[in-house]
Amino acid sequence: MHLTKEEEHILDGKLGEGYARMMKILVKIGEIYGAEKLIPIKSAQISGVSYNTIGEYGLHFLRSLKGVKVSVPTTLNPLGFDSEHLSEMSVDEKFYKKQMEIIKAYLDMGIKPTATCTPYYYDNIPSFGDHIAWAESSAVIYANSIIGARTNREGAITALASAVIGKTPLYGLHLNENRHATHIIRTDFELKPVDFPLLGIHIGKIIDSGIPYFRIKGTQDDLKLLGAALAASGSIAMYHVENITPEWQNALIDKVEIINVGREDIEEHSDTVDGELYAIGCPHASPSELRIIAEFLKDKKIKKDAKLWIFTSKSVKREHQELVKIIENAGGVVFADTCVVVSNAGKIFSKIVTTSGKAKVYLQKKKFGGAKVIVVDIHTLLRSVVE
Amino acid sequence: MILKGRVIQEGFARGEVVKFDEKLIVLGDINPKDGTVKDIPVKGKILVFPRGAGSTVGSYTIYGLRYYDNAPAGMILEEAETIVAAGAIIAEIPTVDMVDISQIKNGDFVVINNGTVEIISSRPHTP
Repeated sequence: MHLTKEEEHILDGKLGEGYARMMKILVKIGEIYGAEKLIPIKSAQISGVSYNTIGEYGLHFLRSLKGVKVSVPTTLNPLGFDSEHLSEMSVDEKFYKKQMEIIKAYLDMGIKPTATCTPYYYDNIPSFGDHIAWAESSAVIYANSIIGARTNREGAITALASAVIGKTPLYGLHLNENRHATHIIRTDFELKPVDFPLLGIHIGKIIDSGIPYFRIKGTQDDLKLLGAALAASGSIAMYHVENITPEWQNALIDKVEIINVGREDIEEHSDTVDGELYAIGCPHASPSELRIIAEFLKDKKIKKDAKLWIFTSKSVKREHQELVKIIENAGGVVFADTCVVVSNAGKIFSKIVTTSGKAKVYLQKKKFGGAKVIVVDIHTLLRSVVE
Repeated sequence: MILKGRVIQEGFARGEVVKFDEKLIVLGDINPKDGTVKDIPVKGKILVFPRGAGSTVGSYTIYGLRYYDNAPAGMILEEAETIVAAGAIIAEIPTVDMVDISQIKNGDFVVINNGTVEIISSRPHTP
């Protein structure tokens, strides 16, 4: 891989050990994937935030980077709790303390104090064609597909290294020729809102890491749920939707495989939508989702034996306080900085109703509590949770 | 026998091979606290496997082996992807990939010297 003089200097330790290690990671990854050089990025999004997943050693590593700062706008993934709603989430003292130490280590590097999987609403907004290095899989697929920014599915460490150096190796989805569709998805039925996350789970299982091309119609919120499910059930980092996503016109260049999907392939057979927890916001709720929820809940009350938890970012919450108030008056809770997957929610509740296919993929796993998860559309969920 | 590969993390390491024939789900198969991979101790051994997979947070898990003083002496892979490569670098475990690991058997004694792997003694086939 070709390195500039300045990059060589960093690699040789002229800026110190921490920077040299970060540069070395980018150079090695570049060599592995055949990149010819590093290119500048506009922003980074970092995973590896929850103490549950990175542990004592992750905290130790972050501290060992002492003095290292990020050089581009950088945001964090959700953490294990919302510090304004600790009692609802059964957070013990040790976990709280350790989680806050991890956050402090990131903030010391100059990373923005926001923890969300949807930084693209307010906190970290890429434009079409921007090269970025993002790690959260649902944000990666949203940025590539709906915005037309360019990012590979970065790891916790490679995203951090890119944030510090301000560059990423030029390979994969940073190159036009790797952004073409690999599969056409033929759906012979009109999609209802609930079908988007379910279709995502189904296709993710079939093609794992290709780029699917859909002929469907849906809102940005529908497509967000489709993408998050594709990225959770498979390793998909990009998709196209005919007439909707920004790069669909150049998508069908290479030879593609055709996959036929009938309604019976994705339909769920659940006769009830009864749950202990009703959760919206995986990925974090958009302003429009928050508005749908608030408009429905005006003058209504949540059922006594159920809980309605909404997960969103601090910024969405701050910018839409009037909607938050309506939801809270009805008996719902609006959490920021955390989510239904990385908090203890999956361990507290055994029956969860949600709009998210991604949440279903994770929460059903033993490690996340093994809850029974029912996926419904947002209106069905809301109708089921009120008195 | 000497096998050639590509350096992921430079260094010199020698030890007994613990080999896995299937890809390792790094966050899940590796337990940094007790230094085992799928319940087999790997501290001070040469860990041989085709490739890593699973959550990209797994690089921290490899660092965890070093943190708890349970790191293998070295690692040999067919192909190091992002998770293992970044993990090997931050944990400073001498690691080489693009090696024909079918030549290496469980229990062999091998020496890693940057990009080469030398098989010093093969494990006898008698029990």
